[in-house]
Amino acid sequence: MIPELGSAAAIVALALALWGAVAAATGARTGRPALVLSAQHAALGVFVLVTACFALLTYAFLTFDFSVRYVAINTNLGTPFYYRITGVWGALEGSIILWTWMLALYTLIVILRHRESAHELYPWVLTVMLSVMAFFLLVITVAAPPFARLTPVPADGRGLNPLLEDTGMITHPVALYLGFTGVTVPFAFALAALITGRVGDAWITLTRRWSIIAWYFLSLGLLIGGWWSYHVLGWGGYWAWDPVENAAFMPWLTATAFLHSVMVQERRRMLKLWNLWLVILTFGLTLFGTFLTRSGVIASVHAFTQGSIGVFFLSFLALVLLTALALLAWRWDALSAQGELDSVVSRESAFLLNNVLLIAAAFTVFFGTVFPLLSEAVRGVKVSVGAPFFNQVNVPLFLALIFLMGVGPLIAWRRASPDNLRRSFLWPVAVGVAAAALFSALGIRSTLAVLALALTVFVAATIAVDFSRATRARLRMGERLLPAMGGLLRRHNRRYGGFVVHLGILIVTLGVTGSQAWSVQTETTLRRGEAAELAGYRVRFDGLTATEESNHFKVAGAFTVSNGRVLSVLRPAKKFYPQEQSPIAGVDYRLGFGEDVYLVLGDFARDGSEATVKLQVNRLVSWIWIGGAVLTLGALLAILPDRRKPA
Amino acid sequence: MRARAPLVGLALALVLAAGAAAQARRVAEQQMHDVAAQLRCVVCQNLSVADSPSEMASQMRAIVRERLEAGEAPEQVVQYFVERYGEWILLSPRRHGFNLLVWVMPAVAVVVGFTLVGLVLVRWTRRGAAAGPVPPTPVDAAMRERIRREIEP
Amino acid sequence: MTPGLLRWLIPLSAVPVLALLAYGFRVNPRDIPSPLVGRPASAFALQTLEGAPLALEAQRGKVVVLNFWASWCYPACYEEAPVLERNWRAYRDRGVVVIGVDIQDKLEAAQKFTRDFGLSFPNARDTTGKVSVDYGVYGVPETFFIDRRGRIRAKHVGAVTDEAFRLNVEKLLSETTG
Repeated sequence: MIPELGSAAAIVALALALWGAVAAATGARTGRPALVLSAQHAALGVFVLVTACFALLTYAFLTFDFSVRYVAINTNLGTPFYYRITGVWGALEGSIILWTWMLALYTLIVILRHRESAHELYPWVLTVMLSVMAFFLLVITVAAPPFARLTPVPADGRGLNPLLEDTGMITHPVALYLGFTGVTVPFAFALAALITGRVGDAWITLTRRWSIIAWYFLSLGLLIGGWWSYHVLGWGGYWAWDPVENAAFMPWLTATAFLHSVMVQERRRMLKLWNLWLVILTFGLTLFGTFLTRSGVIASVHAFTQGSIGVFFLSFLALVLLTALALLAWRWDALSAQGELDSVVSRESAFLLNNVLLIAAAFTVFFGTVFPLLSEAVRGVKVSVGAPFFNQVNVPLFLALIFLMGVGPLIAWRRASPDNLRRSFLWPVAVGVAAAALFSALGIRSTLAVLALALTVFVAATIAVDFSRATRARLRMGERLLPAMGGLLRRHNRRYGGFVVHLGILIVTLGVTGSQAWSVQTETTLRRGEAAELAGYRVRFDGLTATEESNHFKVAGAFTVSNGRVLSVLRPAKKFYPQEQSPIAGVDYRLGFGEDVYLVLGDFARDGSEATVKLQVNRLVSWIWIGGAVLTLGALLAILPDRRKPA
Repeated sequence: MRARAPLVGLALALVLAAGAAAQARRVAEQQMHDVAAQLRCVVCQNLSVADSPSEMASQMRAIVRERLEAGEAPEQVVQYFVERYGEWILLSPRRHGFNLLVWVMPAVAVVVGFTLVGLVLVRWTRRGAAAGPVPPTPVDAAMRERIRREIEP
Repeated sequence: MTPGLLRWLIPLSAVPVLALLAYGFRVNPRDIPSPLVGRPASAFALQTLEGAPLALEAQRGKVVVLNFWASWCYPACYEEAPVLERNWRAYRDRGVVVIGVDIQDKLEAAQKFTRDFGLSFPNARDTTGKVSVDYGVYGVPETFFIDRRGRIRAKHVGAVTDEAFRLNVEKLLSETTG
């Protein structure tokens, strides 16, 4: 009964979404508000129905309804309660329902916020969002039905992928999908602008906060993914340039470019065509990402593929790209550039360079990801493109971007006078160069590390220069220090929100630099009582324990970690799940501000007399997560309501 | 005093030898790591043999270590794997022939991008010069702040 | 090209990329051709599960079907085990030998597997992984067909079927050494 209700809800939702898309478009073209209102109601209906779908699927999970194939594959009688909830979106069908639900939620919020304020664009925004929802609902009803039945009904299910039994599962897909689906909103506004011909600044202003929110969730999703990789996958790293990781990174890069280039359009009314193209590209990349994950076209650790679904996604991607780009070509004349500049040395140039570097990085990642496919198509030879390539090619681009991060916010619009350049940059450049000299003197041998550190110091100095200048101006007016600083942040929250986000990126950069340049590792076999030493830490193997958990069998090693005094006992484990071919590594670690001690259990003797362990001391990795927290604060600050408008 | 000198000398030699052996082990481990970092772990998808926690990767690392200790050059060990698995075992495509494309395209993209930006900037500045004098550049944050304070009620 | 037509390059630029992605549906990224085909098979010296020595050199002059498997490889290895046993019994008097190599596995699991399927051809465990690396094995099951002169002539990835077995073995049997 429940599964049938769920399937019915999906079908009705699909019908409503199609009706709503047509109604909104017709209402816009013929000027009949009643139709647009009907589309709004349809959107509400879709939201309610998709929520019901979600709830019914969760109910099937919680009640061990193994007659539903999706439940039987992803749980078994031993699956713990909380994983029976998060497991709902742990595989293909459920993840598409999550995606659709988020789209419906975003549509509702768009309706509530914009039905009064965006008259011309609004109906077309509704059309686009409902159309995208209709596609995903089509996938749910036809290609990947979550409520498909399984006969005969098995007595027990297979079980959730053990790698997904982790808190990361609650947050990583949710954050990442909020980012992916969030990009649909600026895209919808862009298409609405193209369709109505209102390609001026209205759509940019309306979507400013949406773009920041979508960008933020993409960033958060990527960072949580890195954290999940670090503490679950057992290799001590946080980013592997896996094709599906790349598929999430590319829209983040282009979304970052978009966030910056819209500022040029807002201030100077330039780059209209570019911004429209950029948001279309970003949305296309989110669809490409979901295509990669689900089509099996490129092998990846993430890919959860199934049948013909790849064809659905590729067809939709083709439809979206060709339609949107054709609209862009159609409106070409209205978008011709009127740009004016007094000097090449100006903030506009800095932003343009920023965009070039980010797009080049996105292109590099894209080309590297599809190159195996290209090589096979052209030469018939399979090659693989992995981390060494991406690291080598992208690092110079990212270093240049960090440099621009220091230049952009302080350099003047239109023309930067020598005076402006001197007052803003003399001191930071001096500090940066001094830092480079200092780090070299301290014995850091890697030039890339020295460069990254020096650039970070330079950018931090520019932020300090700007903030202190503005604070001093307020102090001179008679304000006290703390209210002055707080007032600055609040009144100019966009600018300083951006600065805080840049600070977050700097901290992440420090974390990445430290972990890449100074982490060490070793792998040894220890007998009971024997110890290994690395980087001042002494790790002694004390023995093995075996335990029976609800859905797996766990063998854990006890390792005492000390550096003069005993710090802790770490218990890396190997977990044996009946439904998995090989055991899953369970790492254990001791996080620190400056370095983490990280242990992975390898082979062991049955009687617990000896064990192989991989021991890593990873430097500065915690700074990546701290940087993420700072980034969150910056994004929150940036989307606060404006205080500068007249009352 | 003189009887102790050879003992001290022996102790010193042992310590130095142990230190040298430890150093040699570290260097060998680093070499193994460098070779293993170039190879793709065949069961994990997208991790290197150096990074992968799987048993197969552990065995592959042992093979690399053995071959290096037997005197093979790192490049020879890599070639041993390529001969058996094909080029896809390398995490980074070899830089020759068609593969050069993937190495060159990023640089091409940057150059093309910079060129386009350069052209656009030139066009904009020309238009800017033709448009005549413009109002002075907005001044820095301090002055702006002062103005704002002065015009506020 | 007039500016009027130039603008349509923008949507057209998406077409080659989409075409490349569509091409991806025709290929399987996990299906990798072996560079060892046509090359001499690497020698190995292992011990069967019963403890008897098992060396490739000793099989020179016979057609060798070398099969890599594991007890945790479900369902493919479970599907092909009866196929291998059946064909082994059919061809053993014609100068064909089937050798199984168990990788990444435990002794008891391997013994249970051979017992359950009643495998009578020699099976050995590759405890160090050296043999599987020597043959470029990247998953199980994989089967190599080696001719009488000790050259690898074909590699079959995935469960072996009766037709695949017979096709390859008959071809190699029909060749005369010389």
